[in-house]
Amino acid sequence: MTKPDSPVLLDVRGLHASVAGVPILKGIDFTVRAGEVHAIMGPNGSGKSTFSKVLAGHPAYEVSAGSATFQGGDLLALEAEERARAGFFLSFQYPIEVPGVANAQFLRLAYNTVQGARGKDELDPLEFDDFVREKMKLLEMDPAFLDRSVNAGFSGGEKKRNEILQMALLEPSLAFLDETDSGLDIDALRIVAHGVNQLRNDRNAVVLVTHYQRLLNYITPDFVHVMDGGRLVKTGGKELALELEARGYDWIQKQAA
Amino acid sequence: MAAQASGSFLSTLLAGAAPGGARQWLKQLRANALERANALSAPTTRDEDWRFTDLTPLYRLALHAPGESGAVDVEAHRIAEAGSRLVFVNGAFREDLSEGIGGSGLEVVRLRGEFADAAWLSAHLGQIAAFAQDAFVAANTAAMSDAVAVRVPRGVTIDKPLHCLFLNTEANAVSHPRLLVVAESGSDMLFVEDHIGTVDGAYCANAVVEIAVAENAEVRHVRLQREGKAAYHIGTSAASVARDGRYRCWSVAMGARLSRHNANVRQDGEGTHFEMDGLALLGTRQLADTHSFIDHARAHGTSRQMHKCVVADGAHAVFNGRILVREGAQQTNSTQESRNLLLSDKARVDTKPQLEIFADDVKCAHGATVGQLEAEEVFYLRSRGLAEPEARNLLTYAFAADMVVRIPVPSVVRALQARIIERTGGPEIP
Ligand SMILES: Nc1ncnc2c1ncn2[C@@H]1O[C@H](COP(=O)(O)OP(=O)(O)O)[C@@H](O)[C@H]1O
Ligand SMILES: [Mg+2]
Repeated sequence: MTKPDSPVLLDVRGLHASVAGVPILKGIDFTVRAGEVHAIMGPNGSGKSTFSKVLAGHPAYEVSAGSATFQGGDLLALEAEERARAGFFLSFQYPIEVPGVANAQFLRLAYNTVQGARGKDELDPLEFDDFVREKMKLLEMDPAFLDRSVNAGFSGGEKKRNEILQMALLEPSLAFLDETDSGLDIDALRIVAHGVNQLRNDRNAVVLVTHYQRLLNYITPDFVHVMDGGRLVKTGGKELALELEARGYDWIQKQAA
Repeated sequence: MAAQASGSFLSTLLAGAAPGGARQWLKQLRANALERANALSAPTTRDEDWRFTDLTPLYRLALHAPGESGAVDVEAHRIAEAGSRLVFVNGAFREDLSEGIGGSGLEVVRLRGEFADAAWLSAHLGQIAAFAQDAFVAANTAAMSDAVAVRVPRGVTIDKPLHCLFLNTEANAVSHPRLLVVAESGSDMLFVEDHIGTVDGAYCANAVVEIAVAENAEVRHVRLQREGKAAYHIGTSAASVARDGRYRCWSVAMGARLSRHNANVRQDGEGTHFEMDGLALLGTRQLADTHSFIDHARAHGTSRQMHKCVVADGAHAVFNGRILVREGAQQTNSTQESRNLLLSDKARVDTKPQLEIFADDVKCAHGATVGQLEAEEVFYLRSRGLAEPEARNLLTYAFAADMVVRIPVPSVVRALQARIIERTGGPEIP
């Protein structure tokens, strides 16, 4: 449901960003209010992941113009880790494998770091074990994933579930899910979507970056945006996603041109 | 001049070598080795095999044969899972400190003084670690006055690890520890070759371990080099593996000022399987040199090797991974990977794969990377709230720990993880 009266979580104005000297984002305006679900769709290479990473604070991307206000503060002034602690979350399109570190160890380290920064209680290994197992049930994840190395040898779907598990632990106020649905079979997609829906409330918001309309059958967006050439060229309701699925992107690119 | 220094060094090395032995074959073996040791010159950086590893500081040491070791506390070095333990102090076997052999299923023979001779001894001792071209192996073979041989009888599975503890307690001493492990057909065992130094002063440990894996037997070999910080460690482990035999080795080098490990595995029958995981974790001005040689001499052999180096400060790691696939060794499947992480501008790695393939129907893959941490990996962890130094430390820890967590002895894994954390500032272990 659109929430015109609820507080603005994220307000992006005229954002330009480049990587290795190449301009990728060319003026993005984007506003998310608490309680909303947004979808950003668009062809490959249009800049969706770049937008997500710029907001998450990837140091390789340089913001050349524009602003991003997150919960009233300057998001772009913060380091990546400060953004995470402040409640910004990015579910990676390609989660990183960290062989040699047990998932449980990593999850607890992330959880306690963020909790500590928020002035909340940290958990010892035993307490955390109980806590994380509860969260794993939400995603129908086998507890065996706690003992395995972070994402190492996980299937695509297992990695994406592990991302949403991190979202569940870190309780962000704004989560960007970058192609969390790509490569998931229908059962896994349902489970992940169910998990995300369970984590939603009227104080947080979700931005679904996706290629496919399919995910939007399970998580209903309030707004659908189309990214093309580093700009959001069209915004509509959930019916826009169906139209994109049926007609592709050409007609929008022609309209925008 | 280095040549002169190295010449006199060999006589130092051989100071304690009074060729002898209660049995004629042993006497002969040691005499042959002494002859070779005298004929060979000690290596210099002009030798291709020692190009990056300059032994000059070793040759300058005034070394002597070790004295009586007396009372030694081995409790701190105990490995909880071990069912039996052989202890060597400064190269000499210490029966009084060893335990658990009776009832372990192992036969242990000490080749000193009068010993019960048996065919399996003369068939293997000195036959796997070739000394013809290697001055250090020749010196060890000539000087071994206290070798110990372990036999795993046919078809026997030894459930608990055998801990072979090689302690060095004396500065300026040169020791020649020697071990032979013979796993008879269908047997299965795991042993930990554990080199530990308890002195801060310089010393030289010149160790040789030979491993004979008979048909369809399996030997798992954990090799820990945790010598003292000023130590010189020269070690050879040589395995010979018969048809369908399996040899797996996990090797960790983290001690010594300068260390060299020659890891040689030879295929002596078809269908063998080798796994070699190596980790060098170095800092200060340490140098660790690993030369591995996997000899696929027969058909249907498989080998998988991963060698990692984490190099901090002004340390230097060397890896030379030779794989020989001989004519007729068809259907060999061999992979080798060398991955290296440099943590400072002054840290250095020299890594070289050396593939020599003389059979046409084989699969061999190898690769080497040298670098810093990946920016994407650091970003991933930072996006989960970890500060940049924490993220880097965790990734460095992970890079090294990934090799250690594979070791099938949990208490060794934990001890090594703790050491890696000390070195990398990694996470606390739950
Ligand atoms: N690190 C990078 N270095 C160079 N070019 C990049 C980098 N990241 C993204 N790009 C380029 O930016 C454009 C947008 O990429 P991306 O944001 O991944 O698109 P999307 O997620 O919409 O598929 C592409 O042309 C891509 O090649
Ligand atoms: Mg993308």
